Amino acid sequence: MSELQSESVTTRREAPETRETREETVAALSGDVLDAAVIPAIRRRGLGIGFWLAVGWLAVLVGLAVLAPVLPFVQDPATLDPFALREGPTADHWLGADDGGRDVFARIIYGGRVSLFIGVASVTIGMTIGGFLGLTAGYFRGRYERVVMSAMDTLLAFPALVLALALVTFLSDPGEQGGSITTVTLALGILAIPALARITRASTLTFAEREFVTAARSLGASHRRILTREILPNVVPPMLSFSLLAVAVVIVAEGALSFLGLSVQAPQPTWGNLIAQGRPVLREAPHIALMPCAVMFVTLLSLNFAGDTLRRRFDVREGLL
Amino acid sequence: MILEVQDLRTSFDTPAGTVRAVDGVSFALDAGRTLGVVGESGSGKTVLSRSIMNLLPRRGVTRSGRVRFQGRDITDLGPKEMTSVWGAEMAMVFQDPMTSLNPVMRIGPQITESLRFHLGLSRPEAEREALALLRSVNIPEPKRRFREYPHQLSGGMRQRVTIAIALACSPSLLLADEPTTALDVTVQAQILNLLADQQAKRHMAMILVTHDLGVVAGRADEIAVMYAGRVVEKAPTEVLFREMRHPYTEALLASIPRLEHRSHTRLQAIPGRPPDLVHPPAGCRFAPRCASVQQRCLEEDPVLRAAETTGHHYACWYPVGTDEGREARERNVARDTAVHVARRPAARRRPRDIGVTGVPVLTDAAPAEPEGGE
Repeated sequence: MSELQSESVTTRREAPETRETREETVAALSGDVLDAAVIPAIRRRGLGIGFWLAVGWLAVLVGLAVLAPVLPFVQDPATLDPFALREGPTADHWLGADDGGRDVFARIIYGGRVSLFIGVASVTIGMTIGGFLGLTAGYFRGRYERVVMSAMDTLLAFPALVLALALVTFLSDPGEQGGSITTVTLALGILAIPALARITRASTLTFAEREFVTAARSLGASHRRILTREILPNVVPPMLSFSLLAVAVVIVAEGALSFLGLSVQAPQPTWGNLIAQGRPVLREAPHIALMPCAVMFVTLLSLNFAGDTLRRRFDVREGLL
Repeated sequence: MILEVQDLRTSFDTPAGTVRAVDGVSFALDAGRTLGVVGESGSGKTVLSRSIMNLLPRRGVTRSGRVRFQGRDITDLGPKEMTSVWGAEMAMVFQDPMTSLNPVMRIGPQITESLRFHLGLSRPEAEREALALLRSVNIPEPKRRFREYPHQLSGGMRQRVTIAIALACSPSLLLADEPTTALDVTVQAQILNLLADQQAKRHMAMILVTHDLGVVAGRADEIAVMYAGRVVEKAPTEVLFREMRHPYTEALLASIPRLEHRSHTRLQAIPGRPPDLVHPPAGCRFAPRCASVQQRCLEEDPVLRAAETTGHHYACWYPVGTDEGREARERNVARDTAVHVARRPAARRRPRDIGVTGVPVLTDAAPAEPEGGE
């Protein structure tokens, strides 16, 4: 982390120099040459090694989670190894075994399948519905916008965790213990709608007033065409970078729900219930709770870091235009 | 007659009150002709062109008057009906090509889109047509530009692209809203020539909106000078420059720097600012800044009346180049000199005071510009 910080500091320190030379270029050269000179300069600055580390971690994690059943070194998460109860990391069990003798590494990977799936799927739900509402509200304005946005504010006004609990309970079949993957995904997806709607709307507002939208209207473009061809492509990049942050938030929320026993039930592992399961034996076998914690921590950090980098990057590009 | 505008009025509801941005504008335009609309910032030129196209924001805007286009009243057409007019029959070139192109769409699709929508061309047909358009607006390497994004093009190049887009469906009326304001001086003439060229080739009518009398001088058939939402003088170009009647037109012309002047010649700026359009002054709206202002100008609103030459109209009580106008100017100069000599000799060096206070008090309200007039 400190390495990342120091790197960004040096980048910033170099920035004024670059700007000066750029201004000289502005003075000296015509527009064509200027464009040609500025764009590689920004590209050269790149996204930074931290971004690629974060993306690398996420790629490895997703790869492992998706391919878990066919990878030879990922053991079966349900197999009990009576000789390895609460054992720390060994050659057989890379991250140790839990108090039933199950392989912690395998359980983290399989838990990641659930946690990542819930994270991505509910953000997709939130993005689709919230994005649609935000886009239309920001474009059409008027009474429609007021109705939609008050509904979003109402949803946001509930304490998130309480709302999630209520939604999981409401969406589950009566008598079911906790939630299934579907109900938890739906509940967290609904929870993600208002924030994503608000952000899409804000971003839509800035583009809807831009002249190229008026220009498109002056060429006879219909509302649908303006929304899908003119505004949406401009709104998507900032939305995608924000959605990485949203996935992180949802994974935490899912973790909180599982910890409370309201998410997907054991023996199906999720990161949340793995941590919950390790909690009683934290003193005797800390790795059972701490290993999933560490993986979750690094994952969230990566998501945040990658999302932030992309967000900054899109700001830069907007400033350039 | 391709376009006829009658008593067009557009106002915006703002927290400060109702802004009458366009206040009773009428004119007519024949096919293939160019009307130059001239005025300083805030005179309502842009709102006028958007009102004609009905491209105003939907909320808080009131529009009245009639717009007849190709014999059809298009005033009350909704956005649905207008989509067949917009782009296909009338198109607009915007002021700033940096913002009027979609930054995340390649140049190609931005041109082909309306070709495919309005003319129903297939993708390859539209692409061929778009390349021809790019070539016709003198863009070198059209094939390469076709695949590029707006930020990869220079300002002049981008404006050429927006012109190509506007011309795509061969509209019969083109509204160019300050098409060269955001461009380098060297590129301005090229773009204006390009517009004139295309207009002649396509026999298209054009409304050229600008704040620069010099821009329309050689290019418009007729010029309408706007001030505070109204047309204050309107005449065929040649007539306007030969026998301008309105002091505002005169002041606008005087404010253009000239090559034959020695360097460091002081620019003849018009003192003050355009009036507040929420509470426009009673009487003539230009009165607070006018060199020939008289008591009558502050009380009675001059109407647009015909001059001796046909097609020449102006709205002024003491027009330039007439005896009344000359007397009015002389009276002001004489009184002003007297006031300055008696009370404030220093004030003579800064006659711009009047505009800042904006209070049309006659004793020292009239800017003395002895060299500005005859």
